[in-house]
Amino acid sequence: MSNVTPIWEVFVRAKNGLSHRHVGSVHAADARGAVEAARDVYTRRAEGVSLWVVPSSTIIASDPGEAAALFAPAEDKIYRHPTFYVVPDNVKHI
Amino acid sequence: MYTVDYSKPQDARAAQVEDADRLAAFDARVAADDFIEPKDWMPEAYRKTLIRQISQHAHSEVVGMLPEGNWLTRAPSLRRKAILLAKIQDEGGHGLYLYSAAETLGVTREELIEALHSGRAKYSTIFNYPTLTWADIGAIGWLVDGAAIMNQVALQRTSYGPYARAMVRICKEESFHQRQGYEALMVLANGTHAQRRMAQDALNRWWWPSLMMFGPPDDNSPNSAQSIRWRIKRETNDELRQRFIDATVPQAEALGLSIPDPALKWNEATQHYDCGQIDWEEFYAVVRGEGATAKDRIQARIDAWEKNAWVREAALAHAAKRSTKQAA
Amino acid sequence: MSQTFTLSPAELALRLGDDALILSHRLCEWCGHAPTLEVDLALSNIGLDLLGQAQFFLNYAGEMENAGRDADALAYHRDEHEFKNCLLTEQPNGDFARSIVRQFFFSAWQQLRFHELAKSGDATMAAIATKALKEIAYHVQFAAEWVVRLGDGTEESKCRVADGISWSWRFVDELFTGEDAALRPAWEARVRATLNEAGLDLPAPVRGITGGREGRHSEYLGHLLAEMQYVQRCHPNAQW
Repeated sequence: MSNVTPIWEVFVRAKNGLSHRHVGSVHAADARGAVEAARDVYTRRAEGVSLWVVPSSTIIASDPGEAAALFAPAEDKIYRHPTFYVVPDNVKHI
Repeated sequence: MYTVDYSKPQDARAAQVEDADRLAAFDARVAADDFIEPKDWMPEAYRKTLIRQISQHAHSEVVGMLPEGNWLTRAPSLRRKAILLAKIQDEGGHGLYLYSAAETLGVTREELIEALHSGRAKYSTIFNYPTLTWADIGAIGWLVDGAAIMNQVALQRTSYGPYARAMVRICKEESFHQRQGYEALMVLANGTHAQRRMAQDALNRWWWPSLMMFGPPDDNSPNSAQSIRWRIKRETNDELRQRFIDATVPQAEALGLSIPDPALKWNEATQHYDCGQIDWEEFYAVVRGEGATAKDRIQARIDAWEKNAWVREAALAHAAKRSTKQAA
Repeated sequence: MSQTFTLSPAELALRLGDDALILSHRLCEWCGHAPTLEVDLALSNIGLDLLGQAQFFLNYAGEMENAGRDADALAYHRDEHEFKNCLLTEQPNGDFARSIVRQFFFSAWQQLRFHELAKSGDATMAAIATKALKEIAYHVQFAAEWVVRLGDGTEESKCRVADGISWSWRFVDELFTGEDAALRPAWEARVRATLNEAGLDLPAPVRGITGGREGRHSEYLGHLLAEMQYVQRCHPNAQW
């Protein structure tokens, strides 16, 4: 057994209708303790209506070294954006 | 706050062996005010400096709970007691946010705490001064948190993403800390003779240590230039100190209290206050752990950690048993 | 379960207010010294909830008394024998296990008591209780989970939590005096469920120690009040 308490990443939904957003992390031995710690640490000023806690060790992140390969190819696909297209000013609702 | 860097200048050799191209790209990103994120490549010296700075800051928040905690059980009204408890709790939270940010750089909170307890890591010297009267609680909020905010506001734009985000959260929460302190002192300043004397005495004792919180003068702050280039420090010690003095002097006047510096004078030419010499001898003595309460502060932290180790062990043991049970 | 409480509302407000006031003070003593930062913040949150409850109850007690005393006057300017908190709340923190057991026993009782109070014909008391019940639900859960972690943790933690239970058990009878006796079965069921989950048993009955509700306290309360009231008593008539 390790004597290091696991880290949990904390996500807070500020209000219904919004998605959960990462706010930081807490240490807790178990999931229930992590939820409570997240509540006591990150919602003291009524910042949330729902919490997610995820063991930090289970998050799989993309490698910054691959950022160019992953994200650069999207940069020149400007035809995916509506502003790419020219429509006469007198044509409405489009 | 509490981000004064007490360490020796960095060993430059570490940086030299690193890939020059990556270093150039890194420097360019930082210079362009881009944020560096945890998995990004970074020079080892940057990583080490950040760990030291963020953990020093975290330790300061946590040790900083103690001088105020000294008056929690003697707070003179239920309202003040609730305010103080909420404020000290915030400081614990700020320590926690900062440990979290440091952990993204590949150290554990346990390692950082061990460094604090063994004396290898420092915390702000201000917390080695004793809190002798209730007025000290007001003075800490007003002056110590006020000085902290000067630093923290600048650090919201620091180059390391998790640190900057922690600072944004901290600044948002801190905004009540200084105001509650000033309000508490205002009541004393307008109160009985004994209360006014208490308030003035607190200002007398906390003024100079507060100025020292910004760290040594720029000409004697070896790491400042590199830290500013790296955007992990955004303004120099002296710049921040001057801004604090300029903001605080009129606040003291509004309280009808006098700042214990006969040399303090408005300078029409510079549009700033001139002030007397800071006793840097004392500063370095307190950094070395010679402050009145230094031994008590660190012992209190060691006790909290070590005498309660069985609690953390029990929680881990229980979690392990439970997951074994679930797996079976 | 429905009951009529024969205590005067003023007396009841004083009791419940003093319980919350004194236990929140004990929780303040943990601030900066807890096993982890997370637990430190949690105990402060519970302390703040209780301090809020204390202010509501004591202000109301002062109003009913109609002698110009508010919550602060009642908290800072009464002597030991005028405090009506139960003995459990004034017990020293001891180790974390003892504090957690104290919290669990007290909060589990408070939860049942406030469920009744929320139905009270006294609208102010009912409103205070209704608001507090949300807070208390969390306190009970938080403390119960820690009792389980400690009971079913290591050998050491099991011993410590057993010690904590035996320390506090003597003060349980006092929670169920008078009309509150009817709450005892539900309380024992709640406590037994958690202790069983923790691998612990409900202790055998012991001779209960009482007196807090009548103002006869343990030696600890005097020291607590000496500290809590010191500034106010040194500077009579000052504003803070």
